Amino acid sequence: MDAAAPHDEPESPPAGEKPSLSEELYLPEILKGLATTFKHLIRPEKFTVEYPEKKKPIPQNFRGEHALKRDAQGRVKCVACFLCATACPSECIHITAGPTPPEWTDREKYPTKFEIDMLRCIYCGMCEEACPCDAIELTSKFYQVSETREEKYFGKDTLLRQPMKREYPDQG
Amino acid sequence: MAETVTPAPAVVTTVDAGRNAAGEKLMVLNMGPQHPAMHGTLRLVLELDGETVVRCRPEMGFLHTGFEKLGEYRSYNQFVTVTDRMNYLSAINNNIGWAQACEELWGVECTPRCRRLRVIMGELSRLSDHILCVGLQAMDLGAFSVMLWGFARREQLYDLFERVTGARLTNSWTRVGGLMQDVPADFVARVKAVTDTFPEIIDETDKMLSKNKIFTGRTRGVGVLSAEDAIAYGVTGPVLRASGVEYDLRRARPYSGYEKFDFDVPTQTDGDSFARFQQRLEEMRQSVRIIRQALVDIPGGPVNVDNYKLSLPAKELVYTRMEEMIHHFKLTMIGHGPYPPKGEVYSATEAPNGELGWYLVSDGKRNPYRVRVRPPSFYHFQVVPKLVEGRLISDLVAVLSSLNVIAGELDR
Ligand code: SF4
Ligand code: SF4
Repeated sequence: MDAAAPHDEPESPPAGEKPSLSEELYLPEILKGLATTFKHLIRPEKFTVEYPEKKKPIPQNFRGEHALKRDAQGRVKCVACFLCATACPSECIHITAGPTPPEWTDREKYPTKFEIDMLRCIYCGMCEEACPCDAIELTSKFYQVSETREEKYFGKDTLLRQPMKREYPDQG
Repeated sequence: MAETVTPAPAVVTTVDAGRNAAGEKLMVLNMGPQHPAMHGTLRLVLELDGETVVRCRPEMGFLHTGFEKLGEYRSYNQFVTVTDRMNYLSAINNNIGWAQACEELWGVECTPRCRRLRVIMGELSRLSDHILCVGLQAMDLGAFSVMLWGFARREQLYDLFERVTGARLTNSWTRVGGLMQDVPADFVARVKAVTDTFPEIIDETDKMLSKNKIFTGRTRGVGVLSAEDAIAYGVTGPVLRASGVEYDLRRARPYSGYEKFDFDVPTQTDGDSFARFQQRLEEMRQSVRIIRQALVDIPGGPVNVDNYKLSLPAKELVYTRMEEMIHHFKLTMIGHGPYPPKGEVYSATEAPNGELGWYLVSDGKRNPYRVRVRPPSFYHFQVVPKLVEGRLISDLVAVLSSLNVIAGELDR
Protein backbone atom coordinates (compact mmCIF):
# COMPACT_ATOMS: atom_id res chain seq x y z
CA MET A 1 0.00 0.00 0.00
CA ASP A 2 1.19 3.49 -0.74
CA ALA A 3 2.33 4.98 2.50
CA ALA A 4 1.15 8.47 1.70
CA ALA A 5 -2.32 7.41 0.73
CA PRO A 6 -3.86 7.33 4.21
CA HIS A 7 -3.30 11.02 4.67
CA ASP A 8 -5.03 12.10 1.50
CA GLU A 9 -8.37 13.74 1.82
CA PRO A 10 -11.13 11.22 1.19
CA GLU A 11 -12.30 11.65 -2.37
CA SER A 12 -15.56 13.48 -2.80
CA PRO A 13 -18.64 11.33 -3.30
CA PRO A 14 -19.54 10.61 -6.90
CA ALA A 15 -22.21 12.93 -8.18
CA GLY A 16 -25.47 11.08 -7.91
CA GLU A 17 -28.81 12.47 -8.94
CA LYS A 18 -28.86 16.15 -8.25
CA PRO A 19 -30.99 16.88 -5.21
CA SER A 20 -34.05 18.97 -5.87
CA LEU A 21 -34.56 22.37 -4.24
CA SER A 22 -36.84 21.03 -1.52
CA GLU A 23 -34.27 18.35 -0.69
CA GLU A 24 -31.58 21.00 -0.65
CA LEU A 25 -33.59 23.06 1.83
CA TYR A 26 -33.84 19.99 4.03
CA LEU A 27 -36.69 21.23 6.21
CA PRO A 28 -39.53 20.04 3.93
CA GLU A 29 -37.82 16.66 3.78
CA ILE A 30 -37.69 16.43 7.56
CA LEU A 31 -41.40 17.19 7.70
CA LYS A 32 -42.07 14.50 5.12
CA GLY A 33 -40.05 12.04 7.16
CA LEU A 34 -41.96 12.95 10.29
CA ALA A 35 -45.20 12.43 8.42
CA THR A 36 -44.13 8.86 7.71
CA THR A 37 -43.23 8.41 11.34
CA PHE A 38 -46.66 9.53 12.47
CA LYS A 39 -48.29 7.37 9.84
CA HIS A 40 -46.59 4.39 11.46
CA LEU A 41 -47.56 5.63 14.90
CA ILE A 42 -51.28 5.58 14.17
CA ARG A 43 -51.52 2.59 11.85
CA PRO A 44 -53.97 0.03 13.21
CA GLU A 45 -51.72 -2.97 12.71
CA LYS A 46 -49.82 -3.87 15.87
CA PHE A 47 -46.78 -6.09 15.76
CA THR A 48 -45.94 -6.27 19.41
CA VAL A 49 -47.64 -8.64 21.85
CA GLU A 50 -47.94 -7.94 25.56
CA TYR A 51 -46.44 -11.26 26.27
CA PRO A 52 -47.32 -12.82 29.60
CA GLU A 53 -50.93 -11.60 29.41
CA LYS A 54 -51.44 -12.23 25.71
CA LYS A 55 -49.81 -15.05 23.80
CA LYS A 56 -49.05 -15.47 20.17
CA PRO A 57 -50.63 -18.44 18.46
CA ILE A 58 -48.24 -21.34 18.24
CA PRO A 59 -48.54 -23.47 15.13
CA GLN A 60 -49.34 -27.15 15.36
CA ASN A 61 -46.00 -28.34 14.11
CA PHE A 62 -43.96 -26.08 16.38
CA ARG A 63 -40.88 -27.78 17.75
CA GLY A 64 -40.85 -27.17 21.47
CA GLU A 65 -40.18 -29.34 24.50
CA HIS A 66 -40.70 -33.07 24.16
CA ALA A 67 -43.49 -35.23 25.44
CA LEU A 68 -43.79 -39.00 25.59
CA LYS A 69 -47.19 -40.22 24.53
CA ARG A 70 -49.40 -42.77 26.24
CA ASP A 71 -51.47 -45.43 24.59
CA ALA A 72 -55.16 -46.14 25.20
CA GLN A 73 -54.45 -47.91 28.49
CA GLY A 74 -52.33 -45.03 29.74
CA ARG A 75 -49.05 -46.91 29.37
CA VAL A 76 -46.03 -45.36 27.74
CA LYS A 77 -46.27 -45.88 24.01
CA CYS A 78 -42.53 -46.19 23.48
CA VAL A 79 -41.16 -49.63 22.66
CA ALA A 80 -37.52 -48.73 23.33
CA CYS A 81 -36.38 -49.24 19.77
CA PHE A 82 -33.66 -46.57 20.08
CA LEU A 83 -34.40 -45.04 16.70
CA CYS A 84 -34.85 -41.58 18.18
CA ALA A 85 -31.56 -41.82 20.04
CA THR A 86 -29.84 -42.87 16.81
CA ALA A 87 -31.36 -40.11 14.73
CA CYS A 88 -30.64 -37.38 17.26
CA PRO A 89 -27.88 -35.13 15.90
CA SER A 90 -26.94 -33.88 19.34
CA GLU A 91 -26.87 -37.28 21.01
CA CYS A 92 -28.97 -36.20 23.94
CA ILE A 93 -31.50 -39.04 24.30
CA HIS A 94 -30.52 -41.75 26.74
CA ILE A 95 -32.71 -44.82 26.94
CA THR A 96 -32.45 -47.94 29.05
CA ALA A 97 -34.65 -50.74 27.82
CA GLY A 98 -36.13 -53.43 29.96
CA PRO A 99 -38.52 -56.35 29.57
CA THR A 100 -42.16 -55.39 29.89
CA PRO A 101 -44.27 -56.49 32.87
CA PRO A 102 -45.96 -59.86 32.13
CA GLU A 103 -49.41 -58.30 31.78
CA TRP A 104 -48.26 -56.23 28.76
CA THR A 105 -48.94 -58.71 26.01
CA ASP A 106 -48.46 -56.47 22.97
CA ARG A 107 -44.68 -55.98 23.24
CA GLU A 108 -41.56 -57.26 24.89
CA LYS A 109 -39.56 -54.14 25.60
CA TYR A 110 -40.27 -50.78 27.11
CA PRO A 111 -38.03 -48.03 28.39
CA THR A 112 -37.25 -48.33 32.08
CA LYS A 113 -35.37 -45.08 31.77
CA PHE A 114 -35.92 -42.42 29.13
CA GLU A 115 -33.93 -39.26 29.55
CA ILE A 116 -33.47 -36.23 27.34
CA ASP A 117 -30.86 -33.63 28.13
CA MET A 118 -32.81 -30.56 27.13
CA LEU A 119 -29.73 -28.36 27.41
CA ARG A 120 -28.07 -30.33 24.63
CA CYS A 121 -31.20 -30.68 22.54
CA ILE A 122 -31.43 -28.41 19.52
CA TYR A 123 -35.14 -28.95 18.93
CA CYS A 124 -34.67 -30.25 15.43
CA GLY A 125 -37.52 -32.73 15.59
CA MET A 126 -35.53 -35.62 14.14
CA CYS A 127 -36.50 -37.86 17.05
CA GLU A 128 -40.17 -37.35 16.28
CA GLU A 129 -39.45 -38.00 12.62
CA ALA A 130 -37.60 -41.21 13.46
CA CYS A 131 -40.08 -42.74 15.89
CA PRO A 132 -41.83 -45.66 14.20
CA CYS A 133 -44.75 -45.83 16.63
CA ASP A 134 -45.66 -42.23 17.27
CA ALA A 135 -44.44 -42.32 20.84
CA ILE A 136 -42.50 -39.08 21.13
CA GLU A 137 -43.48 -35.63 20.03
CA LEU A 138 -42.30 -32.07 20.23
CA THR A 139 -44.99 -29.97 21.88
CA SER A 140 -45.75 -26.29 21.51
CA LYS A 141 -44.16 -25.54 24.86
CA PHE A 142 -41.54 -22.92 24.21
CA TYR A 143 -40.88 -21.29 27.59
CA GLN A 144 -37.98 -23.39 28.74
CA VAL A 145 -37.27 -21.98 32.13
CA SER A 146 -35.79 -23.68 35.14
CA GLU A 147 -33.75 -22.67 38.12
CA THR A 148 -31.19 -25.44 37.99
CA ARG A 149 -29.48 -27.41 35.28
CA GLU A 150 -30.72 -30.68 36.75
CA GLU A 151 -34.32 -29.70 36.11
CA LYS A 152 -33.56 -29.55 32.40
CA TYR A 153 -32.51 -33.17 32.39
CA PHE A 154 -35.92 -34.64 31.71
CA GLY A 155 -36.67 -38.14 32.90
CA LYS A 156 -39.47 -40.42 31.83
CA ASP A 157 -41.93 -39.05 34.38
CA THR A 158 -41.41 -35.46 33.34
CA LEU A 159 -41.73 -36.37 29.70
CA LEU A 160 -44.95 -38.27 30.32
CA ARG A 161 -46.34 -35.33 32.27
CA GLN A 162 -45.74 -32.81 29.50
CA PRO A 163 -48.88 -31.38 27.98
CA MET A 164 -49.63 -32.76 24.55
CA LYS A 165 -49.98 -30.63 21.48
CA ARG A 166 -53.72 -30.78 21.40
CA GLU A 167 -53.97 -29.34 24.89
CA TYR A 168 -52.78 -26.01 23.60
CA PRO A 169 -55.46 -23.62 22.41
CA ASP A 170 -55.28 -22.09 18.97
CA GLN A 171 -53.07 -24.00 16.67
CA GLY A 172 -52.51 -21.19 14.14
CA MET B 1 35.78 0.70 7.02
CA ALA B 2 33.15 -0.97 4.92
CA GLU B 3 29.84 0.73 4.90
CA THR B 4 27.22 -1.30 6.75
CA VAL B 5 24.22 -1.76 4.57
CA THR B 6 21.03 -2.66 6.28
CA PRO B 7 18.99 -4.75 3.88
CA ALA B 8 15.73 -3.08 3.15
CA PRO B 9 12.71 -4.93 4.38
CA ALA B 10 10.51 -6.35 1.69
CA VAL B 11 7.81 -3.79 2.23
CA VAL B 12 8.66 -0.44 3.69
CA THR B 13 5.72 1.45 4.95
CA THR B 14 5.28 3.92 7.71
CA VAL B 15 2.59 1.61 8.96
CA ASP B 16 4.99 -1.13 9.91
CA ALA B 17 6.99 1.38 11.86
CA GLY B 18 3.77 2.34 13.58
CA ARG B 19 4.37 6.04 12.92
CA ASN B 20 2.70 8.57 10.70
CA ALA B 21 4.40 11.01 8.34
CA ALA B 22 5.01 13.47 11.16
CA GLY B 23 6.77 10.78 13.18
CA GLU B 24 4.01 10.42 15.74
CA LYS B 25 3.11 7.00 16.99
CA LEU B 26 -0.04 5.45 15.59
CA MET B 27 -2.75 4.33 17.93
CA VAL B 28 -3.78 0.70 17.88
CA LEU B 29 -7.47 0.16 18.43
CA ASN B 30 -9.19 -3.17 18.81
CA MET B 31 -12.61 -3.03 17.29
CA GLY B 32 -14.51 -6.08 18.37
CA PRO B 33 -15.02 -8.90 19.04
CA GLN B 34 -17.53 -7.41 21.46
CA HIS B 35 -18.14 -4.03 19.91
CA PRO B 36 -21.76 -2.99 19.47
CA ALA B 37 -21.15 -1.92 15.90
CA MET B 38 -19.57 -5.22 14.94
CA HIS B 39 -21.94 -7.63 13.32
CA GLY B 40 -21.17 -10.70 15.32
CA THR B 41 -17.94 -11.67 16.97
CA LEU B 42 -15.60 -10.13 14.44
CA ARG B 43 -12.40 -8.39 15.33
CA LEU B 44 -10.60 -5.65 13.46
CA VAL B 45 -7.23 -4.44 14.64
CA LEU B 46 -6.97 -0.84 13.53
CA GLU B 47 -3.97 1.43 13.43
CA LEU B 48 -5.21 4.98 13.63
CA ASP B 49 -3.65 8.26 12.79
CA GLY B 50 -6.07 10.58 14.47
CA GLU B 51 -9.37 9.37 13.12
CA THR B 52 -7.95 7.97 9.93
CA VAL B 53 -7.59 4.24 9.61
CA VAL B 54 -4.04 3.65 8.40
CA ARG B 55 -4.12 -0.08 8.61
CA CYS B 56 -6.84 -2.55 9.28
CA ARG B 57 -6.26 -6.19 10.04
CA PRO B 58 -9.35 -8.40 10.20
CA GLU B 59 -9.16 -11.31 12.55
CA MET B 60 -11.46 -14.26 12.57
CA GLY B 61 -11.87 -17.32 14.72
CA PHE B 62 -13.78 -15.95 17.67
CA LEU B 63 -16.84 -17.97 16.78
CA HIS B 64 -15.03 -21.06 15.66
CA THR B 65 -17.37 -23.95 16.18
CA GLY B 66 -15.87 -26.80 14.21
CA PHE B 67 -18.92 -27.11 11.97
CA GLU B 68 -16.95 -28.58 9.10
CA LYS B 69 -15.30 -31.18 11.31
CA LEU B 70 -18.65 -31.99 12.82
CA GLY B 71 -19.84 -32.81 9.34
CA GLU B 72 -17.60 -35.89 9.38
CA TYR B 73 -19.45 -37.21 12.41
CA ARG B 74 -23.02 -36.59 11.33
CA SER B 75 -25.01 -38.24 8.63
CA TYR B 76 -26.04 -36.27 5.58
CA ASN B 77 -29.51 -35.65 6.94
CA GLN B 78 -28.36 -34.78 10.43
CA PHE B 79 -25.92 -32.18 9.16
CA VAL B 80 -28.73 -29.96 7.95
CA THR B 81 -29.21 -28.86 11.55
CA VAL B 82 -25.67 -27.53 11.53
CA THR B 83 -26.16 -25.56 8.33
CA ASP B 84 -28.90 -23.57 10.10
CA ARG B 85 -26.36 -22.29 12.51
CA MET B 86 -23.85 -21.19 9.91
CA ASN B 87 -25.98 -18.37 8.65
CA TYR B 88 -28.70 -17.85 11.16
CA LEU B 89 -30.26 -15.02 9.18
CA SER B 90 -31.08 -17.08 6.14
CA ALA B 91 -31.06 -20.62 7.47
CA ILE B 92 -33.42 -21.86 4.80
CA ASN B 93 -31.04 -20.89 2.01
CA ASN B 94 -28.30 -22.82 3.77
CA ASN B 95 -30.58 -25.84 4.16
CA ILE B 96 -31.41 -25.73 0.47
CA GLY B 97 -27.75 -25.40 -0.51
CA TRP B 98 -26.80 -28.38 1.62
CA ALA B 99 -29.63 -30.58 0.40
CA GLN B 100 -28.79 -29.72 -3.17
CA ALA B 101 -25.15 -30.64 -2.69
CA CYS B 102 -26.17 -34.00 -1.25
CA GLU B 103 -28.61 -34.61 -4.08
CA GLU B 104 -25.89 -33.87 -6.61
CA LEU B 105 -23.68 -36.36 -4.82
CA TRP B 106 -26.40 -39.01 -4.92
CA GLY B 107 -27.32 -38.06 -8.45
CA VAL B 108 -31.00 -37.74 -7.69
CA GLU B 109 -33.30 -34.92 -8.63
CA CYS B 110 -36.04 -33.92 -6.24
CA THR B 111 -39.67 -33.69 -7.22
CA PRO B 112 -41.11 -30.69 -9.07
CA ARG B 113 -43.17 -29.74 -6.03
CA CYS B 114 -40.15 -29.79 -3.77
CA ARG B 115 -38.16 -27.67 -6.17
CA ARG B 116 -40.90 -25.09 -6.44
CA LEU B 117 -41.36 -24.89 -2.69
CA ARG B 118 -37.63 -24.47 -2.28
CA VAL B 119 -37.68 -21.53 -4.66
CA ILE B 120 -40.50 -19.85 -2.75
CA MET B 121 -39.05 -20.40 0.69
CA GLY B 122 -35.56 -19.52 -0.48
CA GLU B 123 -36.72 -16.19 -1.83
CA LEU B 124 -38.75 -15.46 1.31
CA SER B 125 -35.64 -16.15 3.32
CA ARG B 126 -33.71 -13.80 1.06
CA LEU B 127 -36.28 -11.11 1.77
CA SER B 128 -35.90 -11.53 5.50
CA ASP B 129 -32.11 -11.45 5.24
CA HIS B 130 -31.98 -8.36 3.04
CA ILE B 131 -34.54 -6.37 5.00
CA LEU B 132 -32.53 -6.98 8.13
CA CYS B 133 -29.25 -6.06 6.47
CA VAL B 134 -30.70 -2.86 5.04
CA GLY B 135 -32.25 -2.02 8.40
CA LEU B 136 -29.02 -2.61 10.26
CA GLN B 137 -27.14 -0.53 7.75
CA ALA B 138 -29.52 2.32 8.54
CA MET B 139 -29.35 1.66 12.27
CA ASP B 140 -25.57 1.78 12.31
CA LEU B 141 -25.82 5.24 10.80
CA GLY B 142 -28.42 6.37 13.30
CA ALA B 143 -31.75 5.72 11.59
CA PHE B 144 -33.36 3.40 14.07
CA SER B 145 -36.99 3.47 12.96
CA VAL B 146 -36.21 2.12 9.51
CA MET B 147 -34.86 -0.99 11.09
CA LEU B 148 -37.86 -1.43 13.35
CA TRP B 149 -40.33 -1.07 10.50
CA GLY B 150 -38.37 -3.65 8.61
CA PHE B 151 -38.49 -5.87 11.66
CA ALA B 152 -42.25 -5.69 11.76
CA ARG B 153 -42.38 -7.12 8.23
CA ARG B 154 -39.70 -9.62 9.02
CA GLU B 155 -41.85 -10.85 11.88
CA GLN B 156 -44.54 -11.73 9.37
CA LEU B 157 -41.99 -13.78 7.47
CA TYR B 158 -40.78 -15.52 10.59
CA ASP B 159 -44.33 -16.42 11.54
CA LEU B 160 -44.64 -18.01 8.15
CA PHE B 161 -41.38 -19.93 8.57
CA GLU B 162 -42.59 -21.07 11.97
CA ARG B 163 -45.79 -22.34 10.43
CA VAL B 164 -44.02 -24.15 7.61
CA THR B 165 -40.93 -25.52 9.30
CA GLY B 166 -41.80 -25.60 12.99
CA ALA B 167 -39.06 -23.22 14.06
CA ARG B 168 -38.37 -19.57 13.56
CA LEU B 169 -34.62 -19.41 13.22
CA THR B 170 -33.15 -22.88 13.07
CA ASN B 171 -35.45 -24.26 10.44
CA SER B 172 -33.69 -27.49 9.37
CA TRP B 173 -36.26 -27.63 6.66
CA THR B 174 -34.72 -29.75 3.93
CA ARG B 175 -33.79 -33.39 3.78
CA VAL B 176 -31.72 -35.16 1.17
CA GLY B 177 -34.12 -35.68 -1.68
CA GLY B 178 -36.92 -33.55 -0.32
CA LEU B 179 -38.25 -31.63 2.62
CA MET B 180 -38.98 -32.42 6.22
CA GLN B 181 -42.70 -32.10 5.54
CA ASP B 182 -45.11 -30.67 3.03
CA VAL B 183 -46.30 -27.12 3.48
CA PRO B 184 -49.57 -26.43 5.33
CA ALA B 185 -52.82 -25.89 3.46
CA ASP B 186 -52.88 -22.13 3.96
CA PHE B 187 -49.35 -21.73 2.64
CA VAL B 188 -50.22 -20.00 -0.62
CA ALA B 189 -52.57 -17.54 1.06
CA ARG B 190 -49.96 -16.66 3.64
CA VAL B 191 -47.23 -16.15 1.08
CA LYS B 192 -49.62 -13.99 -0.95
CA ALA B 193 -50.15 -11.85 2.12
CA VAL B 194 -46.40 -11.35 2.31
CA THR B 195 -46.00 -10.44 -1.34
CA ASP B 196 -48.89 -7.99 -1.00
CA THR B 197 -47.46 -6.14 1.97
CA PHE B 198 -43.75 -6.47 1.54
CA PRO B 199 -43.19 -4.12 -1.43
CA GLU B 200 -44.55 -1.30 0.70
CA ILE B 201 -41.73 -1.54 3.20
CA ILE B 202 -39.16 -1.78 0.40
CA ASP B 203 -40.46 1.44 -1.12
CA GLU B 204 -40.70 3.09 2.25
CA THR B 205 -37.11 2.23 3.13
CA ASP B 206 -36.07 3.50 -0.27
CA LYS B 207 -37.97 6.75 0.22
CA MET B 208 -36.69 7.31 3.74
CA LEU B 209 -33.02 6.73 3.03
CA SER B 210 -32.12 7.07 -0.62
CA LYS B 211 -32.37 10.86 -0.60
CA ASN B 212 -31.62 11.34 3.06
CA LYS B 213 -28.71 13.75 3.28
CA ILE B 214 -27.15 12.16 6.32
CA PHE B 215 -27.44 8.65 4.95
CA THR B 216 -26.17 9.45 1.48
CA GLY B 217 -23.44 11.65 2.92
CA ARG B 218 -22.15 8.77 4.96
CA THR B 219 -22.51 6.04 2.37
CA ARG B 220 -21.96 7.57 -1.08
CA GLY B 221 -18.37 7.20 -2.13
CA VAL B 222 -17.58 5.26 1.03
CA GLY B 223 -15.95 1.88 0.70
CA VAL B 224 -15.75 1.84 -3.08
CA LEU B 225 -15.01 -1.61 -4.43
CA SER B 226 -14.12 -1.71 -8.11
CA ALA B 227 -15.35 -4.52 -10.29
CA GLU B 228 -11.80 -5.81 -10.83
CA ASP B 229 -11.06 -5.88 -7.11
CA ALA B 230 -14.36 -7.53 -6.38
CA ILE B 231 -13.57 -10.32 -8.79
CA ALA B 232 -9.98 -10.59 -7.57
CA TYR B 233 -11.11 -10.99 -3.98
CA GLY B 234 -13.73 -13.58 -4.86
CA VAL B 235 -16.60 -11.44 -3.66
CA THR B 236 -20.04 -12.62 -4.75
CA GLY B 237 -23.67 -11.80 -4.29
CA PRO B 238 -25.10 -8.32 -3.79
CA VAL B 239 -21.66 -6.90 -3.02
CA LEU B 240 -20.30 -8.06 -6.37
CA ARG B 241 -23.37 -6.91 -8.28
CA ALA B 242 -23.23 -3.51 -6.57
CA SER B 243 -19.81 -3.14 -8.18
CA GLY B 244 -21.35 -3.65 -11.58
CA VAL B 245 -20.66 -7.31 -12.30
CA GLU B 246 -23.75 -9.09 -13.48
CA TYR B 247 -23.25 -12.49 -11.93
CA ASP B 248 -25.98 -14.37 -10.17
CA LEU B 249 -25.93 -18.14 -9.80
CA ARG B 250 -29.69 -18.25 -10.22
CA ARG B 251 -29.04 -17.02 -13.74
CA ALA B 252 -25.55 -18.34 -14.43
CA ARG B 253 -26.15 -21.92 -13.22
CA PRO B 254 -29.88 -22.20 -12.60
CA TYR B 255 -31.00 -24.69 -9.98
CA SER B 256 -34.38 -25.61 -8.51
CA GLY B 257 -36.00 -24.40 -11.72
CA TYR B 258 -34.97 -20.74 -11.54
CA GLU B 259 -34.59 -20.75 -15.31
CA LYS B 260 -38.39 -20.80 -15.62
CA PHE B 261 -38.91 -17.50 -13.88
CA ASP B 262 -38.73 -14.08 -15.36
CA PHE B 263 -36.53 -11.85 -13.22
CA ASP B 264 -33.75 -9.34 -13.66
CA VAL B 265 -30.29 -9.45 -12.21
CA PRO B 266 -29.98 -5.85 -11.08
CA THR B 267 -26.56 -4.21 -10.86
CA GLN B 268 -25.24 -0.89 -9.65
CA THR B 269 -22.28 1.05 -10.94
CA ASP B 270 -20.68 2.82 -7.99
CA GLY B 271 -19.65 -0.11 -5.82
CA ASP B 272 -19.89 1.97 -2.65
CA SER B 273 -21.90 1.37 0.51
CA PHE B 274 -24.82 3.23 -0.96
CA ALA B 275 -24.78 1.08 -4.08
CA ARG B 276 -24.85 -2.04 -1.92
CA PHE B 277 -27.85 -0.64 -0.08
CA GLN B 278 -29.64 0.08 -3.34
CA GLN B 279 -28.65 -3.30 -4.66
CA ARG B 280 -30.33 -5.09 -1.77
CA LEU B 281 -33.51 -3.08 -2.24
CA GLU B 282 -33.56 -4.00 -5.93
CA GLU B 283 -32.96 -7.65 -5.16
CA MET B 284 -35.87 -7.68 -2.76
CA ARG B 285 -38.10 -6.34 -5.51
CA GLN B 286 -36.91 -9.10 -7.80
CA SER B 287 -37.47 -11.71 -5.11
CA VAL B 288 -41.06 -10.60 -4.69
CA ARG B 289 -41.40 -10.89 -8.46
CA ILE B 290 -40.07 -14.45 -8.42
CA ILE B 291 -42.33 -15.48 -5.54
CA ARG B 292 -45.39 -14.11 -7.30
CA GLN B 293 -44.61 -16.21 -10.38
CA ALA B 294 -43.71 -19.26 -8.35
CA LEU B 295 -46.99 -19.20 -6.48
CA VAL B 296 -48.92 -19.79 -9.68
CA ASP B 297 -49.55 -23.48 -10.36
CA ILE B 298 -47.41 -25.05 -7.69
CA PRO B 299 -46.93 -28.62 -8.93
CA GLY B 300 -48.73 -31.27 -6.94
CA GLY B 301 -47.40 -34.63 -5.87
CA PRO B 302 -45.05 -35.68 -3.13
CA VAL B 303 -42.24 -33.52 -1.80
CA ASN B 304 -39.85 -36.41 -1.29
CA VAL B 305 -38.28 -38.55 -3.96
CA ASP B 306 -39.96 -41.90 -4.38
CA ASN B 307 -36.98 -43.92 -3.22
CA TYR B 308 -37.08 -45.78 0.06
CA LYS B 309 -33.31 -46.10 -0.01
CA LEU B 310 -33.05 -42.35 0.46
CA SER B 311 -36.23 -40.75 1.76
CA LEU B 312 -38.25 -41.81 4.77
CA PRO B 313 -41.61 -43.33 3.86
CA ALA B 314 -44.73 -41.43 4.86
CA LYS B 315 -45.56 -41.81 8.54
CA GLU B 316 -49.07 -43.27 8.01
CA LEU B 317 -47.55 -46.08 5.97
CA VAL B 318 -44.85 -46.73 8.55
CA TYR B 319 -47.49 -47.17 11.25
CA THR B 320 -49.55 -49.57 9.21
CA ARG B 321 -47.43 -51.48 6.70
CA MET B 322 -44.56 -53.85 7.17
CA GLU B 323 -42.46 -52.96 4.15
CA GLU B 324 -42.44 -49.26 4.90
CA MET B 325 -41.67 -50.00 8.52
CA ILE B 326 -38.59 -51.98 7.52
CA HIS B 327 -37.38 -49.23 5.21
CA HIS B 328 -37.95 -46.70 7.94
CA PHE B 329 -35.78 -48.73 10.32
CA LYS B 330 -33.10 -49.26 7.72
CA LEU B 331 -32.87 -45.57 6.93
CA THR B 332 -32.57 -44.60 10.56
CA MET B 333 -30.41 -47.35 12.06
CA ILE B 334 -26.66 -47.16 11.75
CA GLY B 335 -25.28 -49.76 9.39
CA HIS B 336 -27.98 -49.73 6.74
CA GLY B 337 -27.58 -46.45 4.93
CA PRO B 338 -28.55 -44.24 3.30
CA TYR B 339 -25.24 -44.56 1.54
CA PRO B 340 -24.13 -42.15 -1.17
CA PRO B 341 -21.93 -43.23 -4.05
CA LYS B 342 -18.21 -42.62 -3.64
CA GLY B 343 -17.05 -39.35 -5.11
CA GLU B 344 -16.68 -35.63 -4.77
CA VAL B 345 -19.02 -32.84 -5.60
CA TYR B 346 -19.01 -29.08 -5.52
CA SER B 347 -22.41 -27.51 -5.52
CA ALA B 348 -23.24 -23.85 -5.17
CA THR B 349 -26.41 -21.87 -4.66
CA GLU B 350 -27.05 -18.17 -4.54
CA ALA B 351 -27.58 -17.43 -0.87
CA PRO B 352 -28.60 -13.89 0.12
CA ASN B 353 -24.97 -12.99 0.77
CA GLY B 354 -23.53 -14.57 -2.34
CA GLU B 355 -22.28 -17.87 -3.59
CA LEU B 356 -22.69 -20.50 -0.93
CA GLY B 357 -20.74 -23.53 -2.04
CA TRP B 358 -20.44 -26.99 -0.56
CA TYR B 359 -17.60 -29.28 -1.39
CA LEU B 360 -18.36 -32.80 -0.33
CA VAL B 361 -16.10 -35.81 -0.39
CA SER B 362 -17.79 -39.13 0.09
CA ASP B 363 -16.17 -42.49 0.68
CA GLY B 364 -19.49 -44.26 0.38
CA LYS B 365 -20.13 -44.35 4.11
CA ARG B 366 -23.00 -43.00 6.10
CA ASN B 367 -21.17 -39.80 7.06
CA PRO B 368 -19.31 -37.54 4.65
CA TYR B 369 -15.56 -38.02 4.49
CA ARG B 370 -15.06 -34.28 4.33
CA VAL B 371 -17.37 -31.31 4.29
CA ARG B 372 -16.09 -27.97 3.14
CA VAL B 373 -18.18 -24.88 2.88
CA ARG B 374 -17.44 -21.84 0.82
CA PRO B 375 -19.20 -19.16 2.82
CA PRO B 376 -19.75 -15.82 1.11
CA SER B 377 -18.90 -13.89 4.27
CA PHE B 378 -15.33 -15.18 4.32
CA TYR B 379 -14.61 -13.32 1.10
CA HIS B 380 -16.49 -10.24 2.18
CA PHE B 381 -14.58 -9.97 5.43
CA GLN B 382 -11.22 -10.05 3.73
CA VAL B 383 -11.97 -7.04 1.54
CA VAL B 384 -12.69 -4.86 4.59
CA PRO B 385 -9.09 -3.49 4.81
CA LYS B 386 -9.18 -2.64 1.12
CA LEU B 387 -12.33 -0.61 1.64
CA VAL B 388 -11.50 1.22 4.85
CA GLU B 389 -7.77 1.94 4.82
CA GLY B 390 -7.20 5.62 4.39
CA ARG B 391 -10.71 6.51 5.46
CA LEU B 392 -12.22 7.74 8.68
CA ILE B 393 -13.10 5.29 11.41
CA SER B 394 -16.77 6.25 11.15
CA ASP B 395 -16.74 5.08 7.54
CA LEU B 396 -15.74 1.66 8.73
CA VAL B 397 -19.11 1.21 10.36
CA ALA B 398 -20.88 2.16 7.16
CA VAL B 399 -18.74 -0.25 5.16
CA LEU B 400 -19.01 -3.19 7.49
CA SER B 401 -22.78 -3.08 7.77
CA SER B 402 -23.10 -2.94 3.99
CA LEU B 403 -21.14 -6.17 3.62
CA ASN B 404 -23.38 -8.18 5.96
CA VAL B 405 -20.63 -10.40 7.35
CA ILE B 406 -22.06 -13.30 9.34
CA ALA B 407 -19.64 -14.59 11.94
CA GLY B 408 -21.20 -18.05 12.07
CA GLU B 409 -20.32 -18.94 8.51
CA LEU B 410 -17.12 -16.92 8.53
CA ASP B 411 -15.56 -19.01 11.29
CA ARG B 412 -17.60 -22.19 10.94
S1 SF4 C 1 -35.27 -32.55 18.97
FE1 SF4 C 1 -33.41 -33.14 17.88
S2 SF4 C 1 -31.77 -32.71 19.32
FE2 SF4 C 1 -33.67 -32.73 20.51
S3 SF4 C 1 -33.83 -34.81 21.27
FE3 SF4 C 1 -34.96 -34.73 19.35
S4 SF4 C 1 -33.51 -35.36 17.79
FE4 SF4 C 1 -32.33 -34.85 19.63
S1 SF4 D 1 -38.11 -43.99 18.48
FE1 SF4 D 1 -40.07 -43.92 19.56
S2 SF4 D 1 -40.45 -46.01 20.19
FE2 SF4 D 1 -38.29 -45.92 19.59
S3 SF4 D 1 -37.21 -45.51 21.52
FE3 SF4 D 1 -37.63 -43.51 20.60
S4 SF4 D 1 -39.61 -42.86 21.47
FE4 SF4 D 1 -39.37 -45.05 21.88
